[in-house]
Formats: sequence, structure tokens, C-alpha cells
Amino acid sequence: MTGAEILIECLKREGVQVIFGYPGGSVLPLFDKLYDSDIKFILTRHEQAAAHAADGYARATGKVGVCIATSGPGATNLTTGIANAYMDSVAIVAITGQVKTFLIGNDAFQEADVTGITRPITKHNYLVKDVKDLARIVREAFHIASTGRPGPVLIDVPVDVQQPEAEFIWPEEINIRSYKPTYFGHPGQIKKAAKLITSSKKPIIYAGGGIITSGAHEQLQKLAEKIQAPVTMTLMGLGGFPGTHPFSLGMLGMHGTAYANHAIMDSDLIIAVGARFDDRVTGKLDTFAPHAKIIHIDIDPASISKNVKVDVPIVGDAKNVLGQLLEELGQAPDTADWLKAVEAWKKKHPLSYENKGKIKPQYVIEQIYEATKGEAIITTEVGQNQMWAAQWYKYTAPRTFISSGGLGTMGFGFPAAMGAKVGFPGKIVFDIAGDGSIQMNIQELATCVCNKINVKVAILNNGYLGMVRQWQELFYKKRYSHTCIYNPDFVKLAESYGGVGIKVTRNEEVRPAIEKAISTDNVVFIDFHIEPEENVYPMVPAGEAINRMIGGMA
Amino acid sequence: MRHTISVLVENKPGVLARIAGLFSARGYNIASLAVSETLDPDISYMTMVVEAEDEKILEQIKKQLNKLIDIVTVTDFTKREHVDRELILAKVNYSAKEKNRLEGILNKYAAKLIKAKGDTAVIEAVGEQGQIKELLEALNKFGVKELVRTGRIAMGSP
Repeated sequence: MTGAEILIECLKREGVQVIFGYPGGSVLPLFDKLYDSDIKFILTRHEQAAAHAADGYARATGKVGVCIATSGPGATNLTTGIANAYMDSVAIVAITGQVKTFLIGNDAFQEADVTGITRPITKHNYLVKDVKDLARIVREAFHIASTGRPGPVLIDVPVDVQQPEAEFIWPEEINIRSYKPTYFGHPGQIKKAAKLITSSKKPIIYAGGGIITSGAHEQLQKLAEKIQAPVTMTLMGLGGFPGTHPFSLGMLGMHGTAYANHAIMDSDLIIAVGARFDDRVTGKLDTFAPHAKIIHIDIDPASISKNVKVDVPIVGDAKNVLGQLLEELGQAPDTADWLKAVEAWKKKHPLSYENKGKIKPQYVIEQIYEATKGEAIITTEVGQNQMWAAQWYKYTAPRTFISSGGLGTMGFGFPAAMGAKVGFPGKIVFDIAGDGSIQMNIQELATCVCNKINVKVAILNNGYLGMVRQWQELFYKKRYSHTCIYNPDFVKLAESYGGVGIKVTRNEEVRPAIEKAISTDNVVFIDFHIEPEENVYPMVPAGEAINRMIGGMA
Repeated sequence: MRHTISVLVENKPGVLARIAGLFSARGYNIASLAVSETLDPDISYMTMVVEAEDEKILEQIKKQLNKLIDIVTVTDFTKREHVDRELILAKVNYSAKEKNRLEGILNKYAAKLIKAKGDTAVIEAVGEQGQIKELLEALNKFGVKELVRTGRIAMGSP
């Protein structure tokens, strides 16, 4: 087999059903073999979108997402998508072409040091110098990407490694001596954690993306119900615990619910699972949850005690560790008073908005929630649209909320929605977008139309880069420096690609437009002209304690 | 505080860059670095000396080092019994009339004169940090023209 054939055979054996990518000079041998392969190939219109689509596919399905690009600019275009997957611990394998081995380092045409560039944004990467190493490397790449704390792995394959013949040997076993993730919690630590839980009076569970990655949602719900503790989620954790459950406090942090922030600040025990105490969550660190002891469960030892001091660190897979903890727990703590206090915060400080005047973005999202019965896969762009989508749609199942959490990549939502839709063609997939973000990967309209990827895009069009404008309003004396943007006619734009566009300017048109989009067998842009200066509330100003919220009913 | 850290790594291209990247990304300087093969040619041994202004950041760097796929083990010798040595080569001024005085110093520090030409001698010395420092201070009186150091190597005590 040639190197290209070996590569494709390996992808098949890894169970790859779809690849997102873009061809080019350094991947010609590979694309020639892809032409005859039964692996589905989705040609995006920009390599960045290929990486985000692979990422969205991986988040929606739990499988490894795969993207391919050529050397040089093809590979550098992938890097935003790779960094995005790295920050959110998403398993993708990126395959890039590279110039011929003897030209590497010569400033050859379309050459870039891709393993060098991607070193700090991949879990691991490889430059394949010999076709004989290819099968082993692909096998290792999928293993590393999908195990432990998942993350992107890049394989850089020079043209003259794709071309020559070699014997195909599938390595049945993988043995990487320096890579052995810890999956089960240390029994001693589990005992300590159980003791702390039993003696707590005001416990709170703080659940992150690790719940979703490890599939620990059932164990999480069991734990919450067993110990009668409220659950708050990070942006990445949404869907890990049903937003409709009476114990759900929704999201915490900078734009979290007031009741989640009050509850965590007042708690005496934080059970952190698969979360990393990010600065958007903790606010000012030295004021964070002053009375709380902390149990921190994470598969990545480097995440523990990175930002906050932890009383009981437990390294392990969230699902396993929660299972161990459930077995170990004896007496549940008496939290009746605590739950009452939490309930009082919920009543006193609900999420709210005033549904008056122009269309309110919160209303649009509530309507999408109702129209889809909470069963859609929602992706988001980054900014106000993302926060509203996190606040106003109740996620009840894991892998239904897909958002760029760590890197905060505008332009992520649309291609990620494509990836999710390719993974689940039968599901409704909505990208909740802003008018700024959507223009960062708008070329993917072509990909959607060509491949009949019928995602729905709800553009919350306020004519501003809204989140930045909000900060300028609140902290920069309303000096709207370069945040007022000129937009195309999104309806005509969608139509010019062969998609469908709907313009919505009045409240009563909102729901019908959503219904129409859902029933339309095509990619649909709904251009919602919303209140231009609506803000996301509550809000914790950067660097403040997280119970010092402004705006809304906080 | 100065930390002496050793890492066992896969003997592969790019590994040093991965390690250096973890330090440079945080603006940390590596004071010295020594790398060589071990008894197992697939594994290399590195000894690094780093100045940590913030112990918490260093702790984080060590965890990140452990996470790198190509790193087998990470050991911080700061709180462990260990031996360490450094080899230096120094070009010093050398004149016939000071020969005896120089030889006295070399004897005291078990250093060697390995080559001499005209008014320059090349000195070789091996020692732990304190000894090397003292020797250099003594040699400074003759005038050190050039100095090359291997950086510290360290291993755990038996």
C-alpha cells in the first residue's frame, strides 16, 4: 500500500465515517485515494471551518472528529480550530500535508513548521518522516486524542511519505510508556470526600465539561439527589445536569444566574467535577467561596490546585469517581435548610428581561426552546449570543449545547453546527449567532447547501459587536470604538448561496419564523433585528467577587 | 528559589522544544540545561536548573511537564537527597612566574590544567555549585578570559 492508502485504511479501522477538509498541493496523493474511499468527505470553504466542524462533530457524537488540510496556509488556517479544541478538551485528529521531507526547512512553497506552530495548542503532534511509522502514529494519535483529558492531535504528513509503498501493519496494541491516564480515584481520597460530604451543611456541586466528556451525567444526577445538593454548571457543563431539574441552578460565573453565584459563595462545600475554576467562573479569586471546603475531581492532575486551593483532590475519570463516591457515601447530609435558602435566592433573583419595544434576544431563545421542545442541538458563536443561549435555553441532555468556552472563538458556531448536523442528520441543529460572529465563517453557507446540511442559524442582529459594546457602555463611558458594524442583507446573502433567509423585525413574527425554519428542508438564516443595546445580565465585572453582580434582578 | 529538575524523556526530535515551550510561554528562564542519552538509548536524561519566582507557577509547570506525552518522569531535587556536578572549562591568564600559585589553586579544587599555550592556560574542573563558585573566584585573580560550563547534572542519592 502507498502511504496515502495506509492512512485511509487506518482512519477506517479507527471507525472514521466523515472527514472535513480542504485539498491542496501537499495532500494530492491522499485526496487521490480519498476519491475512491467510502469515508464521507465534506469539503468546507475554509480550513478553519473544517477544524470547527470536526470539533462540533466530536462534541455532538462523542467520537473523534477528523479534519484535513494542505501544508502551509491550509495548516495555519486550521490552527484557530485546533486551539479551540485544545482549550475545550475536544478529541480531534488534524491531518496536514507537508512539503517533501528533503525540502523541510528550506522555505519551500507552502511550507510552514506546522508541528512547531501547533506544539502549544495540541495534546500531541507528529511529523511523519517514514511511511513505515505511519500506521503506528495514526493509531497513537486517535488513542491520545480520545483518552485521558481529550484534545487535538495533529499528524503532519509530507508528500513523499504519502507516495511510497510500504507493508501495512496494523498495530493491535498501543503502548506509550509515558502516557497512562488515571481513570479511578484513589480509595483513600474517595473516603475523605465522602466524609466531607456527610458532614457538610451547605454542599453545592459545580459541574464542568468533564461530566459530558466522560458521560457522567447519570452519576451526577444520582449524586445530587442522594446528597440533596444543588448543581451549578460551567458553560462547558451545560446539559450535564438537566436544566429543568429543581436542583439545577443553571450556569455560574460572570454571566451566571445570581442564585448560582450566591449559592456557591455561601456554600460550605464545593464538589467540583470536571471543571477547572476558570477566571470567568471564580471572579476575584481571594474572595471566592470563603467558607467552602473543596473536593476537586478531574482527570487532569494539572487542573487541580491550579487556581484555588483544594482540600480533597481526586484524579480520575468523572464517571468512575462519581460511581466510587456513590458507593462510599453513607449518611446523606441534612440540607433541607440549605435547599430552602437556595430556593429563596431563585425566587428573589430570577433571570429576567423586559419584553418591551424591539425584539428581545432572550425572547428569541425562549421561543427556539419552546419550538424545539428543548430537544435541539444548540451551537453558539461567541459574545452576547452565547451568553443568552446559555441562560435562556434549558439543556436537558449532554452534548446538546456546543460552544467555544475556553478560547472564545467567534465564527465557531456555524461550522460546529454543520459538524453536529452531520453527526445527527435527524436532529434539529440551531446556531445561535450574532451579526458579527456569523460573518467570520459565513462562507460555509456553500458547504451547507452543497451537502444538504440543513442547519438553522438564528442571527441576533443588533448591528454591534454586542459584548464588546456592552463593556464599552459599562466601563468605557459609552465610547463605542469600532463596535458598530455594517452588515450585508443576510436574507439575500443566504439566498445567493441557495439557502433560505427570513427577516424578522417584530415580536409576533419570531415564533412563526422559527417554525418555518424548522420545517424548511434547507439551510436557513433567520435575521432577527433585535434591540440594539440590550445587555447580558446579570454580570460580574471582571476582577470582582462573583456575588457582586450588576444589572437585571441581581 | 533555584530548582534542579530532572526529566526522563523519549529520545525523539522536538521533545526539547516541547519542554522549553512550557517555560518560555510563562516567561520563565532556564538557567542551565544538560541533555544526554541514558543506558537505554531510547531515553534521554535532562537536568534543568530554573529560577522560580513563584512556586505555584513552577508546580504548574511540573504538572504540565508530566502531561507531555514524550516525558516519562519528572523529578524535582529541591527537597530530595541528591548529588550534582558541573564541568567547566576556563581560559585563564598564565605566566611562568605565577605557575606555582595557579597549580596550588588547581590542586585545592582538584582542577586540571589541560592545555597551555603562550600566556593562556585551559583549566578543567568538576564540582558541585559551591566548589565551582569558589574556584572561579580564585581564578578571577589571574584573569579569566573565557568560560564554558556544561550546566548542572544531578541524580538522586543511592
